[in-house]
Amino acid sequence: MSDLPHQEINGAELVIKVKRQMQDVMDPELPFLSVEEMGILRDVIFEKDHVVCIITPTYSGCPATEVIAEDVLTAARVIDNKAEVRIAISPAWTTDWINKETREKMQKHGIAPPEGSSHDRSFLTGEGRVIPCPLCKSKNTKLVSPFGSTACKASFICNECLEPFEHFKCI
Amino acid sequence: MNNSQLKNALLRLGDDALILGQRLAEWCGHAPALEEDIALTNISLDLIGQTQSYLSLAGSLFEEGIKSDDELAFLRSGREFQNLLLVEQPNGDFGDTIVRQFLFDAFALLRAEHIAQQSFNPEAAGIAAKAVKEIRYHFDHSSKWMVRLGDGTPESHSRVQKSLNDLWKFTGEMFISDEIDRSGLESGLLPNLEELKKEWDVKIDDILSKATLVRPEDGFMQTGGRKGIHTEAFGFMLAEMQILPRTHPGASW
Repeated sequence: MSDLPHQEINGAELVIKVKRQMQDVMDPELPFLSVEEMGILRDVIFEKDHVVCIITPTYSGCPATEVIAEDVLTAARVIDNKAEVRIAISPAWTTDWINKETREKMQKHGIAPPEGSSHDRSFLTGEGRVIPCPLCKSKNTKLVSPFGSTACKASFICNECLEPFEHFKCI
Repeated sequence: MNNSQLKNALLRLGDDALILGQRLAEWCGHAPALEEDIALTNISLDLIGQTQSYLSLAGSLFEEGIKSDDELAFLRSGREFQNLLLVEQPNGDFGDTIVRQFLFDAFALLRAEHIAQQSFNPEAAGIAAKAVKEIRYHFDHSSKWMVRLGDGTPESHSRVQKSLNDLWKFTGEMFISDEIDRSGLESGLLPNLEELKKEWDVKIDDILSKATLVRPEDGFMQTGGRKGIHTEAFGFMLAEMQILPRTHPGASW
C-alpha cells in the first residue's frame, strides 16, 4: 500500500507518454489523419496498474475499427506492456468532434470535409448544401451517390474541373 | 422485464439487422449500377455492425454462459431466429429490395429513436443512438428510390407498385405485441407499438404519395418470425450464411 502514491505518479506519466505515442497512430482509411484528430481515440486513462486507451467506432460496422484497435494497442504497449484497448459506443461518434485544422487537412488531401454541425439534418448527405470541390474550390458540384468507398463518405463530382471527389458525411 | 425477456428483445433487434444485412450483402457485385452496389453493401455493413453490438449484449445474458455474437449468428438454427419475416424475403428485383428496405427503415428508425432515449438499459441506448444516425441515412436513401421508381417510367411504376402489394402482408408483424414487447414497454426499453404504427403510417403515406403509389389495403398479415416460424426462403439463406463456420468450426483468416 505504501507504493500507491508512487504508482499514481507513474500512471500519470505513462498516460502522457502513451498520448504522445498516439499522435503517430493513423486512421487506416485516412492515413494523413491520426486517430486522435478523427475523434476515434476518446481518452487515455490509467486504471489500477495499466493504461487503457478508449476508442470509438465511427460507424457500427466500420471494418477499420479492428485495425485501429490493434494499431492503438501496439503503440500503447511500446510504453506500457500491460496496456489495454476498450471500445466505447456511447456517446455516439460524431463529425462535430473533428476540429477545424483536421477539416483543413482533409481538404488538402482532396476530401471535402463535413459541412456544419450534425444537428442540422440537411447536412446529412450534403444534398441541398453546397459542398465545394476540394480540388478547384468551385461550388458547382453534384452529389453522385450518398454512399462512397467507405461508410463515412459520399461520392460527388465537380461540374467545373470534372474531377470526382469524396465528401466526408456529417453524422 | 426479466433477464430472459431482455435477452429475447435484444436478440430480435440483432436478428432483424443481421438478416436484412445478409440479404443486402447478396447484392454485392450484382446491383444495377456501381453506386447502388456500393450503397446496398454500405447499408449491409451498418446493419451487420448494429448486429454485432446487439447480439454481443444479448449474448451476455445467457444463463448457461456468455455467447459471442458469432456463435449467435452462425450456430443457431432457423427456429431460434426471431427476425421479422419482412427482412428475410428474397431480394427479388431491385424494386422488391427497395420496398423491403423502405418499409423496414421507417419502422427501424422509430424503434431505434425510442431505444436511444430510454434509460432502462443504457447499453442498448448507446447502440441505438449510433444506429439512429445510420438508419436515418438508410431511410433517406430508400425513400428517394421509392419516389424515383414510383414516379418514374410506367414500367418502374407498375413494378414497384407490385413489389409494394406483394410485401405489404409482412408489415403487420412489426406492430404485433407479445409478452416480450409488453414487458419491454412496461420497463421503458421498447416503444408502444400502437403509437409507433401511427408515426410509421405518416412516414409511409408521405413518401407513397410523393411516389404516386397506392397504399395497399391492410388484409391478411403473415406472422411467425418472432416465434421462430419462418418463410421458405429463410432456410436457404441461413444455409449459405452459416455453411463456413459450421463446416470449419473456429475457422479464421
